[in-house]
Amino acid sequence: MAVLDIRGLSVGYSTPRGELRALRDVSMMVPEGKIVGIVGESGCGKSTLISAIIRLMAPNARVGAGEVRFQGRDLLAETEAQMRALRGTQISMVFQDPMQTHNPVLTVGRQMMDIQYRERLSRAEKRQRAERMLALVGIPDPEARLNQYPFEFSGGMRQRIAIAMALMAKPALLIADEPTTALDATLEVEIIKRLRELQDEIGCGVLFISHHLGVIAELCDEVVVMYAGEVVETGSVRDVFHAPAHPYTRALLECDPGHIKVKTRVLPTIPGNIPDLVNLPGGCIFADRCERRHAACAARPAMALAGDGQRAACHLITERETA
Amino acid sequence: MSALLEIRDVVVRFRVRGGVFSSAGSVDAVSGVSLDVEEGKTYGIVGESGSGKTTLARAVAGLHHASEGSILYRGQELRGLVEGAFRPLRREIVMMFQDPIGSLSPRLSVKSLITEPFRIQGMRERDLDAEARRLLAMVGLPPEFAARYPYQISGGQARRVGVARALALSPRLLIADEPTAGLDVSIQGEMLNLLARLQDELGLAIMIITHNLNVVRHITDRVGIMYLGKLVEEGETEAVFAAPQHPYTLALLAANPEPDPDAQLMRVELQGEPPSILRRPKGCEFHTRCPFAQPRCATEVPRWQAAKGGAHRCHFPAGWDTAAAAS
Ligand SMILES: Nc1ncnc2c1ncn2[C@@H]1O[C@H](COP(=O)(O)OP(=O)(O)OP(=O)(O)O)[C@@H](O)[C@H]1O
Ligand SMILES: Nc1ncnc2c1ncn2[C@@H]1O[C@H](COP(=O)(O)OP(=O)(O)OP(=O)(O)O)[C@@H](O)[C@H]1O
Ligand code: SF4
Ligand code: SF4
Ligand SMILES: [Mg+2]
Ligand SMILES: [Mg+2]
Repeated sequence: MAVLDIRGLSVGYSTPRGELRALRDVSMMVPEGKIVGIVGESGCGKSTLISAIIRLMAPNARVGAGEVRFQGRDLLAETEAQMRALRGTQISMVFQDPMQTHNPVLTVGRQMMDIQYRERLSRAEKRQRAERMLALVGIPDPEARLNQYPFEFSGGMRQRIAIAMALMAKPALLIADEPTTALDATLEVEIIKRLRELQDEIGCGVLFISHHLGVIAELCDEVVVMYAGEVVETGSVRDVFHAPAHPYTRALLECDPGHIKVKTRVLPTIPGNIPDLVNLPGGCIFADRCERRHAACAARPAMALAGDGQRAACHLITERETA
Repeated sequence: MSALLEIRDVVVRFRVRGGVFSSAGSVDAVSGVSLDVEEGKTYGIVGESGSGKTTLARAVAGLHHASEGSILYRGQELRGLVEGAFRPLRREIVMMFQDPIGSLSPRLSVKSLITEPFRIQGMRERDLDAEARRLLAMVGLPPEFAARYPYQISGGQARRVGVARALALSPRLLIADEPTAGLDVSIQGEMLNLLARLQDELGLAIMIITHNLNVVRHITDRVGIMYLGKLVEEGETEAVFAAPQHPYTLALLAANPEPDPDAQLMRVELQGEPPSILRRPKGCEFHTRCPFAQPRCATEVPRWQAAKGGAHRCHFPAGWDTAAAAS
């Protein structure tokens, strides 16, 4: 069964120019015990998706349609009190900006003790547990460090503390929004290993957002590719990375400097910009940047099976079959 | 010719309190770093999380006080300058911060944020609307973003606003702390190509801090690798990538995750836990984690020694073969 099953989700932001349609008809799944990565262009709606799942949305955001099923229950239909009880216990979050997680005026120790308020442990035991978690994410002198304030830690340390705090709850679903951008490669690999171990131990599902395709390749089982508010491709990491079915996925992978072994001064990019989400073009959302655009692309393509479990929203797939 | 920026033996010390810190009183987050950044060139700083990269950058930008050493910018000593004396230099030396959204004031619109440098510098004659449009276009954001607030934009868009703000005054030295974290690879490419263009056109010098080794490899001329507040190796980027000398560099480069789920990775495992800057290991400070450590490493501090195109701090450079030969 899926821990998280999102169906037909649409979210918009009201703006002076009209509704900005940040997510349109998004469907995706996190199977139990699996790590699912989300990649996609900056601004394609990844953080919006997460905020809709945990229902911590900007005041001008509105869910237009869809379901967010967590262990079978539709989170969009829960009361605010029920959501509060889920957040931080069954669903844990690591936010994109670690400063968002940490309260600047409280010591890290105090914050790590506070999030254990539901545990029946003594103060000393909670403190010990906090120390152990800090050590687990590679922070030296954890005992003394607990007395420090967030600004006294480096960027990568704050990210690691956020990861430690999210895992303390042993959640059923962990959602991490670019949690390793401030980690050096050795530590990143180490944290990925620990995340995998803990995930195995707790058996939780993980939704993992990252722009680092190498990290997705190393950590995730499945990947969801988003573009301008839509899911354009899903499948196992191996299938999608080896044989991308959607032209956007292919272009994205080709831009990764990790693939370019000879030093180059000008890095590859995808020409053009994402469309204006207030005045959406009709047809395929990627059409104005797509090298393979053709007459059929004036109509919006539906998700189609491109291979074993691999799906993509592109007319080329269905045309290949009928040809 | 002397370099645009010359950093010599810089130490940045923080006062700390509480727990076992009370006995220490202070820690050296940066503990004697020297490097040169040349005009029109890019210097990359990589290294362990918590090794003092941001602290070093902030010291150069006049945001932390350097306790020892010297920071020369075009021959002028920056260390110890009071804020009033530093302000005119902020037209030329600009810092881009590591936290994209956190470093933008939430009460200011994007337009105010990217044109703030003109106001701070008292450049009242500028047409701020036109400047805002120019800067947004430069980083690939539509003009309507001028009216938005930081919480109304995505993480990567906030990063681009940070780039626009940093480039507003056409600086001569850009200190960029993780400038592309949170950007997808296509926009990352656009931002880096933009910096390369400005470098060619204006001779901009860049000191870039990043964990992204793919970025370092393609855009930097020289690279310095930090561990526990010190450089353990530095040199021409191509030489360092082709033949890393220090075992930490070797481990770091080997760890870089490949965008291929079936990649055969030759990783070098580091032992033990990261050491504390309160209790620096004796001898070589990396010996507690070094896979090639020999008895000598625990007692004798390795000298900073020149190697092809650079320098390093290790008794047994290029680890595996020299260490094996010694034992
Ligand atoms: N409160 C808001 N009001 C209006 N527009 C918003 C708001 N929040 C986000 N947006 C817009 O919605 C779109 C999706 O934003 P989101 O933060 O979900 O992107 P993202 O995929 O997380 O991007 P990144 O990788 O850069 O973090 C963007 O175009 C953004 O500018
Ligand atoms: N204001 C401060 N007060 C006390 N200690 C600090 C302060 N700022 C940084 N430190 C400490 O100095 C050390 C170096 O931090 P710095 O932020 O320079 O690391 P970094 O190399 O940038 O790491 P990252 O890659 O994680 O961003 C860390 O141990 C950190 O906790
Ligand atoms: S549907 Fe057409 S425009 Fe869209 S991605 Fe496929 S080929 Fe390109
Ligand atoms: S001096 Fe010894 S311990 Fe230090 S890096 Fe070299 S081999 Fe390793
Ligand atoms: Mg985001
Ligand atoms: Mg830093």
